[in-house]
Amino acid sequence: MSVSNGVRLTPSESATVPEAVTGPAGAGVGTGAGPFGAETVAAAAEIIARYPIGRQRSALLPLLHLVQAEEGCVTAEGVEFCARQLGITAAEVHAVASFYTMYKRHPVGDWLVSVCTNLSCSLVGGQQVFDRLSEKLGVGHDQTTADGRITLEHAECLAACDYAPVMTVNYDFYDGVDPDAAEGIVESLARGERPMPTRGGPLCTFAEVSRQLAGFEDPRPEGVAGTGFLEPSVAGLTVAEQAGWRGEIAGTEPVDGPAGAAPVEQVLPDEVPADGARSGAAPAVTRPAGGPTVTSAAGDPTVTSAAGDPTVTSAAGDPTSAPAAPKTEGA
Amino acid sequence: MPVTPVLTAHWKVPGIWSLETYERHGGYRSVRAAFDLGPDEIIKMVKDSGLRGRGGAGFPTGMKWSFIPQGDGKPHYLVVNADEGEPGTCKDAPLMMTDPHSLIEGIIVASFAVRASRAFVYVRGELVHAARRLRNATAEAYRAGYLGQNILGSGFDLDLVIHSGAGAYICGEETALLDSLEGRRGQPRLRPPFPATHGLYNSPTVINNVETITSVPFIVNHGVEWFRSMGTEKSPGPKIYSLSGHVTRPGQYEAPMGTTLRELLELAGGVRGGRQLKAWTPGGSSTPMLTAEHLDVPLDFDGVMAAGSLLGTAALMIMDDTTEMVPVVRRLTQFYAHESCGKCTPCREGTTWMVQILSRMERGQGNPRDVDTLTDACGNIFGRAFCALADGAVSPIQSGIKHFPEEFAAAATPREQAAPAESGNGVAPASKNALAGAH
Repeated sequence: MSVSNGVRLTPSESATVPEAVTGPAGAGVGTGAGPFGAETVAAAAEIIARYPIGRQRSALLPLLHLVQAEEGCVTAEGVEFCARQLGITAAEVHAVASFYTMYKRHPVGDWLVSVCTNLSCSLVGGQQVFDRLSEKLGVGHDQTTADGRITLEHAECLAACDYAPVMTVNYDFYDGVDPDAAEGIVESLARGERPMPTRGGPLCTFAEVSRQLAGFEDPRPEGVAGTGFLEPSVAGLTVAEQAGWRGEIAGTEPVDGPAGAAPVEQVLPDEVPADGARSGAAPAVTRPAGGPTVTSAAGDPTVTSAAGDPTVTSAAGDPTSAPAAPKTEGA
Repeated sequence: MPVTPVLTAHWKVPGIWSLETYERHGGYRSVRAAFDLGPDEIIKMVKDSGLRGRGGAGFPTGMKWSFIPQGDGKPHYLVVNADEGEPGTCKDAPLMMTDPHSLIEGIIVASFAVRASRAFVYVRGELVHAARRLRNATAEAYRAGYLGQNILGSGFDLDLVIHSGAGAYICGEETALLDSLEGRRGQPRLRPPFPATHGLYNSPTVINNVETITSVPFIVNHGVEWFRSMGTEKSPGPKIYSLSGHVTRPGQYEAPMGTTLRELLELAGGVRGGRQLKAWTPGGSSTPMLTAEHLDVPLDFDGVMAAGSLLGTAALMIMDDTTEMVPVVRRLTQFYAHESCGKCTPCREGTTWMVQILSRMERGQGNPRDVDTLTDACGNIFGRAFCALADGAVSPIQSGIKHFPEEFAAAATPREQAAPAESGNGVAPASKNALAGAH
């Protein structure tokens, strides 16, 4: 099937701007007019050029992210735009756009708030987080507040089960939230602030993140550097360190440790102490003074709300605000 | 049982996501070694190592690679499955986030072995934070000459594209992933032909999970014997076990294949609050649940299968004795109903109807025939669809009924009042607000 597509898809085999878009033949619905100007056309050409010649249709998912960056959802014009770039029909594009959860059919707000309610999160209160936000915002799943600022959705498993319960804003993660912390994050958004995610870079707008989904690099150095990650990702390493591990690949001698550590014969013991033997290592509940919006996950003292004070954009990454759950990676 | 940091060993190193730091810690060493060894020798090493796919199925990686026809004149492709979304599974996201170059190094070596000059990483859309690091690392690797034309003067060319998905669990199924990567709805293909001969763009294609590919440079660097010194004979090597749910210290624990849940719980501080273990999944929501009877099952591919489940992605979701199983099963079934791609009728229709039955039972409006109906429906779904999503969808229901028959029987008895269960620890009841019209 791809072969026949390859034959048909002549207009955009090179990275140049397809004539169909800019020429008179392309005049009409969603071509160059409206939000899809020359810059978008050039970006589309750049996306298409990533894939083998004759296989441009592979660019469709990124192109749909691109048009979503422009319009906040996939509109009929966006569908037409993609179809013209790729030389396929609007029906073919629409069939794809309607299949995937991340392509929105009506405009999302500035901030897409997604709360995981799948099992690992629900076991520790994810549904309560969703319910609180739903009550607070007065909207249900896939609905946007009257002022158009915040869209709420419940999400399927976000691959962050060890940080449960989690929520994301424009797909950046706030780990280990409880209803109060989640409410604080949303209040902060409503005030026009950008609370710092616990993983990933400073919060992006929906348009910015959609461009990244289209495959463009995050232009912000701090976006790549991000805020590091927290203890769950390295829980096993912490256990190993407590048993005397010095950073080497298991079963090898350390060759690349910090400060060129000399090789030592280090054998991990067969047994590591159980929790009781080092209870001091267990993260405590983080409750910065006067920060009512930051609490640990309800009923789960090991999940520490990491974002310092999510209502403050810059201080959130400050490890001193969450001494029990220090950042484990340089920001 | 020790933990064995291999893939995770550098995750605490500040800035390991940058090329400079990665190289300082021995990064990209296996690329030169691989060029010296040659493609066939690498395939042999991977075969001899006994590495089995870490994405769930456990297929021997070296064997998969050897199915790629050689000298066929067609382009070959390597596709990395980073569409992590199986409930409970959370290992590939931190790997790509903390140590993205280790994946790229594996991609170079694997592509060289299977003679692919183009590779794709299909990253789950929602994992933007990981994709940022991966794209940045890819750009760094291009600039340093590890990607592109004539890599390190070897004559080997490789282009790598980081391709973000758009929110569809089914795209983690390898043939659905290929369709999605070709710009289509992510729906599974009928096999045979298999991707090894007719994969991406109808060409020979290797599809491997992130953890599988990242394991390869370590095998090249440290050898087959080293790899086989960990784990069990039929499932060698280390494995990243992901613990979540009612556990004191949830997180990633890399330990030898065959480690037991009892040992892992000890590392993770036990079931939280000192409570008793009630149920757990050994490898994500698609693997039949097990109970406290199975604490000493060796968690490798064969050990878990012998216990009546599957190792899957080694995603251990822990449920304590406060957990009510009907809501758990209902929630997981909702997931499959949402994620069914709609191609096969048993899966599309069956999951939706089973959600309705389970929700009704949960509301106290059960019918004495419900358990039989669910069992029948599962029998009509399992094995009757194109792909494993349907088989996975019946796992929670079948294993829930098997291990907790009294809870399902009770829920199948109509109660006077539809009182939603109030449980701080269990899965919250379906809230009208939340799930009416859920996508």
